[in-house]
Amino acid sequence: MASPETTIPADLLPAPSAEGGRNYLNARTGIRSWIITFDHKRIGVMYLVSILVSFLLGGIFAMLVRTELLTPQRTIMDADAYNRMFTLHGAVMIFLFIIPGVPAALGNFVLPIMLGARDVAFPRLNLFSYYLYVIGAVFALFSIAAGGVDTGWTFYTPYSTSAGTHKAVVSIIFGVFILGFSSIFTGLNFIVTIHKLRRPGMTWFKMPLFLWGLYATGIMQVLATPVLGITLLLLIIERVFGVGIFDPALGGDPVLFQHFFWFYSHPAVYIMILPAMGIMSELIPVFSHNRIFGYRFIAYSSVAIAILSFLVWGHHMFVAGQSPLASMIFSFLTFSVAIPSAIKVFNWLATMYRGSIDLKTPMLYALSFFFLFGIGGLTGLFLGALAVNVHVHATYFVVAHFHYTMFGGVLMAFLGALHYWWPKMTGRMYSERWGRIAVGLIFVGFNLTFFPQFIMGAQGMPRRYYNYAPEFTRFHRESSVGAYLTAVGFVIVATYLLYSLFRGRRAPANPWGGATLEWETGSPPPVENFTTPPEVHDPYDYTDLEYDPAIGGYVRKRSMDRSSPHDAATTA
Amino acid sequence: MTPTILAQTTGSFWLPPRASTASSNVDWVFYFIYYISVFFFLLIVGLALLFVLRYRRRPGARPSEAPHGNLALELTWSGIPIIIVVAIFVLGFRGFMDMTIAPANAMEIKVIAQKWKWVFEYPNGHVDEELHVPVDQSVLLVMTSLDVIHGFYIPAFRVQLDVVPGRYNKTWFQATQPGEYVLYCAQYCGKEHSNMLARVIVHKPGEYETWLRDASDLFKTRSPVEVGQWLVKVRCSSCHSIDGSAGTGPTFKGLFGHEQKLRDGSKVVADENYIRESILEPQAKVVAGYDPVMPTFKGQLDDREIMAVIDYLKSLAK
Repeated sequence: MASPETTIPADLLPAPSAEGGRNYLNARTGIRSWIITFDHKRIGVMYLVSILVSFLLGGIFAMLVRTELLTPQRTIMDADAYNRMFTLHGAVMIFLFIIPGVPAALGNFVLPIMLGARDVAFPRLNLFSYYLYVIGAVFALFSIAAGGVDTGWTFYTPYSTSAGTHKAVVSIIFGVFILGFSSIFTGLNFIVTIHKLRRPGMTWFKMPLFLWGLYATGIMQVLATPVLGITLLLLIIERVFGVGIFDPALGGDPVLFQHFFWFYSHPAVYIMILPAMGIMSELIPVFSHNRIFGYRFIAYSSVAIAILSFLVWGHHMFVAGQSPLASMIFSFLTFSVAIPSAIKVFNWLATMYRGSIDLKTPMLYALSFFFLFGIGGLTGLFLGALAVNVHVHATYFVVAHFHYTMFGGVLMAFLGALHYWWPKMTGRMYSERWGRIAVGLIFVGFNLTFFPQFIMGAQGMPRRYYNYAPEFTRFHRESSVGAYLTAVGFVIVATYLLYSLFRGRRAPANPWGGATLEWETGSPPPVENFTTPPEVHDPYDYTDLEYDPAIGGYVRKRSMDRSSPHDAATTA
Repeated sequence: MTPTILAQTTGSFWLPPRASTASSNVDWVFYFIYYISVFFFLLIVGLALLFVLRYRRRPGARPSEAPHGNLALELTWSGIPIIIVVAIFVLGFRGFMDMTIAPANAMEIKVIAQKWKWVFEYPNGHVDEELHVPVDQSVLLVMTSLDVIHGFYIPAFRVQLDVVPGRYNKTWFQATQPGEYVLYCAQYCGKEHSNMLARVIVHKPGEYETWLRDASDLFKTRSPVEVGQWLVKVRCSSCHSIDGSAGTGPTFKGLFGHEQKLRDGSKVVADENYIRESILEPQAKVVAGYDPVMPTFKGQLDDREIMAVIDYLKSLAK
């Protein structure tokens, strides 16, 4: 992992914000002020740098996989290397990037500010959680040096415990085990923070919906991740000591591993998507300048998803030989998860109705989410239907569906949120023009990459294939070209964001017209988050916010028809 | 190895050729969901684009006080999807039960998967590396694996089921079109996963019996060396080469009659007794440099067949 102090050197930090000079970035300098900080904002930034490095790594593995698949047979590497590449791509992207991505990096930064709190409930635990992430990542990545892992990110037994595969398996599994604790501690911290540290006046239903998303995520992290931890420990025990748990040769049951694994890993995809949905519930109303539609339905649907997601793991085993009765129940429950997701989508749509829609970069990512997650969600209907699942199970159809939900859903929301909160985190504005160009490239590239995979999969192309039938060459080429295009988009994003750190225009306190509390403080915020205790407003009431061309941002106006005298307090 | 799909009937844009009774069943549900999905996708994206165009921010314009909640609307867009997904669930489940429960008159074929090949055992005891079935006859597959989990998948038949070590998974199909199809391994199983294919031959009426009769009598039309060659190809060639190249196990070229160094440091001459022991008890004497991963073939090869394999190995050592 890149050490945090090298990424934002103290002398290149943004100048003091308009609010009195000192902010969390320049209040203290030096390596020590970062690596032993308890400030949730600095921990959030360290997480952000770490997960972006992981994303780069996972992306490089993806490019190598797509390059190998340009031809039906060997292109640049042999089958062993290919199997390691797709394993590393999956493991790095899931365990090091998507799961901690939104909660640990962005959530850490904004959650306490949105609550009007000074920090999370347990700042030391928060720092510990970060270092567990780093240690877990070191173990996971050490497996590359130790010979590479070729089990797939799912570590299915008995392949993962059989003698033929590499010893590095133990290292990566232990890494994921440690990462699990990082995730549990973050979730726990967020749950307690939301319960105990809301500002007076911020009732549960006055909380921004992003926090409902993080709350539901936290509950899942705390309840589901221990199951993964135990499962991985059992796997290590079997592999190292030869105790029969999952391997039939030792008297174990390989399908038991799948039950354990998916009991965590299915909720895990909602650990990934729920915060992303929370982001959508912030971006859409702000850039539509319109109150969120159906607040309570969106809030409750997050909780409903969190609960239902624990009851659907068996849909990963429709063809594993489980009883048809179990398959029937899991299929039915799987469809029930579609309802709260649909409710959210319709409510976001209604939020745009009669709004004043500003197509800034974050909103373009939100609209991309609509398009891509729409496809990702609807293709889930094919996979949930038992008869169709038998045909498309373990094919590229599943690969495409997963990427449309995780990349098209979570990553698009993450990028939207990164652009949305970038001015707040760094105090600098990025180039809007380049931002829009990059969204376009990533959107086109993404669809070119993954849409042909739906066709391939439905036609019967199994996933994780090094060699493939020549009939599929055209689809694989389109997919690879799309992947390169997407990569160019990401290079552009990285370039203009880094450039903005040095040359970007100073960010106003509230560049987008958001009504949640993080926009009531400076960009970047002071160490203590607020110089004066913030007043709790309705998080989705934009009527008092007006654009001031002089500062390039929004200011809260005194409102005549509002009764509370506190509303007169202006911050920016 | 270059797999090809030899289509007998043409497939559609989305789905491969239909060659089994389950195909039309699956395809119907697939397209039912497909058209519902297309409708909702166009609805959602269409409305989003419409709102973006219609309510795009214009300088000076203030948004009107739009409604921010409507219970009737919420119940409508919760209720309609519930009805639709319940319908999809019922269709999918009905099709699935038809695909899961084999008819009582199904012919049973045993499927044994191992890294990285398929072996099929026919009702008369014949073992083959190709799956031959008669057209319009339901076939019950009783499947197990000798090592890791594999996946039995024939896209043209819309049939897929994991093949799990230590248990028997059963599925069935009834082919409707004579011809040649491809069986894929769909569950990742290691280095040669993508080469773990098998040919599936659907015979015209009457031809299956002829094929089985000819194929089962190994010694009738072949010399012992030829039988051994066939058995090595079916049973051993995924790990043991015959051309001297390295594999999961030692090559058979020049093996017979020569001294082998074992993992424990001792030495043994690869004679008839050593070959026989290695087939029946593979872990007893493992050659140095190789892992003890070979499964036993006890009960799968009879004495005459083991002799034939030995004869063939002798011919490779000359």
